[in-house]
Amino acid sequence: MHLPGCWCGQLRAVLRREWGETGTREYGEQKLRKSNDLRARIRTITDGGATGIAVLSTVLVVAPLVAIFVYLIYKGASSLSLDFFTKLPKPEGEPGGGMANAIVGSAVLLAISSAIGIPIGIGGGIFLAEFGRGTRLANMVRFTADVLNGVPSIVMGLAVYSLIIYRQKHFSALAGGVALGIMMIPTVCRTTEEMLLMVPHAVREAALALGVPNWRSVLSITVKTASPGIITGCMLAFARVAGETAPLIFTAFGNSNWSVNPNDPISALPLEIYRYSISPYDDEHRLAWAAALVLIVLIVVAVSLVRFVASRGVLKGAS
Amino acid sequence: MLLCALSIFGIVVLIASELVQRSHLAWSSFGLGFFFSTFTDPDTKLTMFWDPINGHFSAFPFIYGTLVSSFLALLIAVPLAIGLAIFLTEMCPQILRGPLAFITELLAAIPSVIYGLWGFFVLVPLLREHVNPVLIQLLGWTGFFNDDNPTGLGFLAAGVILAIMILPIISSLTREVMSAVPHSQREAVLALGATRWEMIRMGVLRNARIGIVGGVILGLGRALGETMAVTMVIGNTPQIQRSLLSNGASMASVIANEYAEASSDLHLSALTEIGLALFVVTIIVNALARVLVWAVTRGAPARVG
Repeated sequence: MHLPGCWCGQLRAVLRREWGETGTREYGEQKLRKSNDLRARIRTITDGGATGIAVLSTVLVVAPLVAIFVYLIYKGASSLSLDFFTKLPKPEGEPGGGMANAIVGSAVLLAISSAIGIPIGIGGGIFLAEFGRGTRLANMVRFTADVLNGVPSIVMGLAVYSLIIYRQKHFSALAGGVALGIMMIPTVCRTTEEMLLMVPHAVREAALALGVPNWRSVLSITVKTASPGIITGCMLAFARVAGETAPLIFTAFGNSNWSVNPNDPISALPLEIYRYSISPYDDEHRLAWAAALVLIVLIVVAVSLVRFVASRGVLKGAS
Repeated sequence: MLLCALSIFGIVVLIASELVQRSHLAWSSFGLGFFFSTFTDPDTKLTMFWDPINGHFSAFPFIYGTLVSSFLALLIAVPLAIGLAIFLTEMCPQILRGPLAFITELLAAIPSVIYGLWGFFVLVPLLREHVNPVLIQLLGWTGFFNDDNPTGLGFLAAGVILAIMILPIISSLTREVMSAVPHSQREAVLALGATRWEMIRMGVLRNARIGIVGGVILGLGRALGETMAVTMVIGNTPQIQRSLLSNGASMASVIANEYAEASSDLHLSALTEIGLALFVVTIIVNALARVLVWAVTRGAPARVG
């Protein structure tokens, strides 16, 4: 600091009195220690703050889930009864009634969709993991499957509408099943691939060393070893499409009577949840909550099963 | 097997060709103007966008609604998701890690119609009674929060429910790319005397940022196409309002609402064209996100070794 004028010397004297001799080594060390103390404190505080924010955001994420579950169980359990599973829906506005037809309808839709989605998905997964491993084609298929997985379900509904309903001229369970089946393919395909990749190479090599042809070794050795994982992957896809509503609105459409005919409109649990929740009657809201509880129990069971199998290392046990 | 794999290409091509075929009528009658044109109602002199009875169709308000609700959702979800991912990979005690990961996985598995149900009966009343009045009072002057919609439905409700829905996907992908960062990187930063946060910021986030952006874009892709939950809480009015508390409609919600009841061919075709636009946009967004995530996780095992 180089101050001009007559008060420069006075100021320097004052500063020297207050801060000590600025040019000395003690002064430098003291200053360094002070600023280090401050910086260390700021760093500790920042660290603590960041930890706090991470914990807070975790709490904020978990809170809605807990809220949804508690509310769902509270509302759903109080409206669930035997009637729900055995009775047909009452005409609009009348209390009582159940969703037997929607449960059966969901089962029919899921059966159709599994018949389409699971074989194609598993086949695709086997190709990705075994026959096409590392090829450019396999990479392209994998990429397309991932992208297909992100296509909105409503768009899937539109495509199936124009593919089937537009030509058939009426809504049908078959179309709904096809829409859901197409949605299952990418999920099943990718989980099958992942499960197959977990099978140790030694198993494959052992089979090949015995002179088993490649296709035989894939089908009866690799796929068989990975089958618990593949099955749980299918269940995951199954659970995911069980709750799909958007592609069903204008394919399966809904039906308030009994129907198991794939050529007729059919009801489904998620469709009924949607229809009842926007209706003005309290009694129908209750049915919607009950249906939501049934659906969520189905899904939680499937997801937990997948996790159980994955964490138990059923596959790793083979290695 | 090859056939099964190829069928995946076939499905994408099939979807595209069917949508193009069915939307041809709307495309030939409106052209590119379909996405941004407006017209004036002869009786009320109001600017209108969507009038199926008189055959006026413009996707503009739906594009607006989709963009507003999705970006609102990202605004809420991204910080929370990254915070959760940091907590789970870097800070969480081992006992909590499993259950928390399981819970976020469950959050991803809840069907969208159940989110909609919960949003409609719990979230919307909550916003209406407690949150919206506060927002109007504090931030009313910005024009984003107007006191003209007493229902509680609207863009904000849609944004919040979307945020809850896309949180798991963003956080699980962020977690994936963060755990792909090699441990030696963390140890090196810690050895230089960094605090834990500095280690996360410099050692982990900086290396994982491309993958995190990928995860965010993937979340955006989900938000853009999300149908049921949005349909149930957005209010379904094709209008463009500055206020986030007013009713709106999204591309997916108008399809869900009107497709089954559309009578004229032009109406069906216009809705299909909106669907086609949604298809193209989500394909691009998803492809981009996958490429970004792969860029990070693919090289990971090699770097660990």
